[in-house]
Amino acid sequence: MTEVVIAGIGQTEVGEHWDIGLRDLAYAAIHDAIEDSGGLKPQSLFVGNMLAPNLSNQAHLGVLIADFAGLLGIEAVTVEAAGASGGAALRQGYLAVKSGLVDVALVVGVEKFTDKVGAGVDAALATTSDSDFEAVQGLTLAGQAALLMKRYMHEYQVPADGFAGFALTAHANGANNPCAMFRKAIKLETYTKAEMVSDPLNMFDIAPNADGAAAVVLTRRDVLPKDFAHPLVKIAGSAAASDTLALHDRKDMLYFDTAQLSAGKAMKQAGIILDQVNFFEYHDMFSIYAALQLEAVGFAIKGKGWKLAADGEIRLKGRIPCATMGGLKARGFAGGATGVYQAVEAAAQLRGQAGANQIAGAKYGLIQSMGGPASTVVSHVLQGLN
Amino acid sequence: MEIPRHWRLKQQRYSLVGEVCPHCDNKIFPPRDVCPNCGGEAKELYTFSGKGEVYSFTTIYEAPSGFDANAPYTVALVKLEEGPMVTAQLTDLDNAPVEIGMPVEMVTRKMRNDGDERGIIVYGYKFRLRK
Repeated sequence: MTEVVIAGIGQTEVGEHWDIGLRDLAYAAIHDAIEDSGGLKPQSLFVGNMLAPNLSNQAHLGVLIADFAGLLGIEAVTVEAAGASGGAALRQGYLAVKSGLVDVALVVGVEKFTDKVGAGVDAALATTSDSDFEAVQGLTLAGQAALLMKRYMHEYQVPADGFAGFALTAHANGANNPCAMFRKAIKLETYTKAEMVSDPLNMFDIAPNADGAAAVVLTRRDVLPKDFAHPLVKIAGSAAASDTLALHDRKDMLYFDTAQLSAGKAMKQAGIILDQVNFFEYHDMFSIYAALQLEAVGFAIKGKGWKLAADGEIRLKGRIPCATMGGLKARGFAGGATGVYQAVEAAAQLRGQAGANQIAGAKYGLIQSMGGPASTVVSHVLQGLN
Repeated sequence: MEIPRHWRLKQQRYSLVGEVCPHCDNKIFPPRDVCPNCGGEAKELYTFSGKGEVYSFTTIYEAPSGFDANAPYTVALVKLEEGPMVTAQLTDLDNAPVEIGMPVEMVTRKMRNDGDERGIIVYGYKFRLRK
């Protein structure tokens, strides 16, 4: 059985990179990932990107980036699944290597938010919802999450500051991540006093949109020399699932079916049960999404995902550490790069290179890349090999 | 400018025309060709009453372009009497507090300006309190 491993990782700092363009960002991450892999030569490039045709008036990113990175001649395509673009690109890279047709695949996630500013960014993001029946009503992605959060709080009697634990944990962890956009822990008052964006969703329930790129080099284990420079991380499970694009079309919008389905499949492939997962990188674009993912995957029962955060169980030393390098909230939401950042961060954890945020003895990490309110979820189980 | 796009949705926007599944009698809005309930083909038109209740709601303070002139505004998930849920703005509120479970009815209102001042104005459904 072919074992697909992550041989190289690279990432840029997430932030407002006014002076760095889309192609430069992508190349910076690619350069580091290839160097980290000991100079492997990719045969395929999969680019995860969410909105470049809208934000930067640039399509055909596969070739743009292959060309700029000096990789011309190789297969190069873009993979798009809204916020799950990065995870979806990672899965395409995985499938390519797993199939045996490709020896080395390069996956890069890149997003350049700051080519646009203000209401134009919200309008661009809203194109990932149902344009004809959601966005036309002036619904934003934050508004969509707020609709879910409002109903959730109503059904489960969650207190006003019930979701604070997600932002507190993310910011505490982001403080030790040199690539995070926000590297400062916050206090509970910061959360409770934050400006409302879409009631009941405040500024600290929302991950910041920012520029960034992350890359991984995938290959078969048997391609690499026995004395490879660093510990290897295996992709032990990979699965994706789809649900309705519009929130209003869900049978039960307070349960993220796709998070459950894809995580279950990925864990089954890896041959592990939930108790063996040492940390979970969820897609906390909004705190309510993190809560619903914790419930769907099975870390909490329905209606109690927020409690896990409130009780400190998702901190580094908690029962199930989450957002270990800051998550989307503190590292930043770099659109289609996000799923690849998760892979890079999880690989660092499993190599034992996560610095102050290292989860001692971590062997398995579950990462979930999500598009919309779990309209797409791509799950991967990563395993540290010694 | 997206004139054909808004034009072809006029039945949905102006009179909540959806579908009824000929196989399982499931009422569908927005229309789709495969019934989400039974998986059969559904193409029979069905006009909804426009009556429903608020399932959830939120106020949008940071509006996307095309909507910024109206911010802040309230968007709700409205559960229609016939079953389906729709996303729609609440209107004519006059500062009345909105609550989950509140009865509402469909009205036709201006939705957005399509870009520049010579662009089309999109009309469509919103919901107001039902007394």
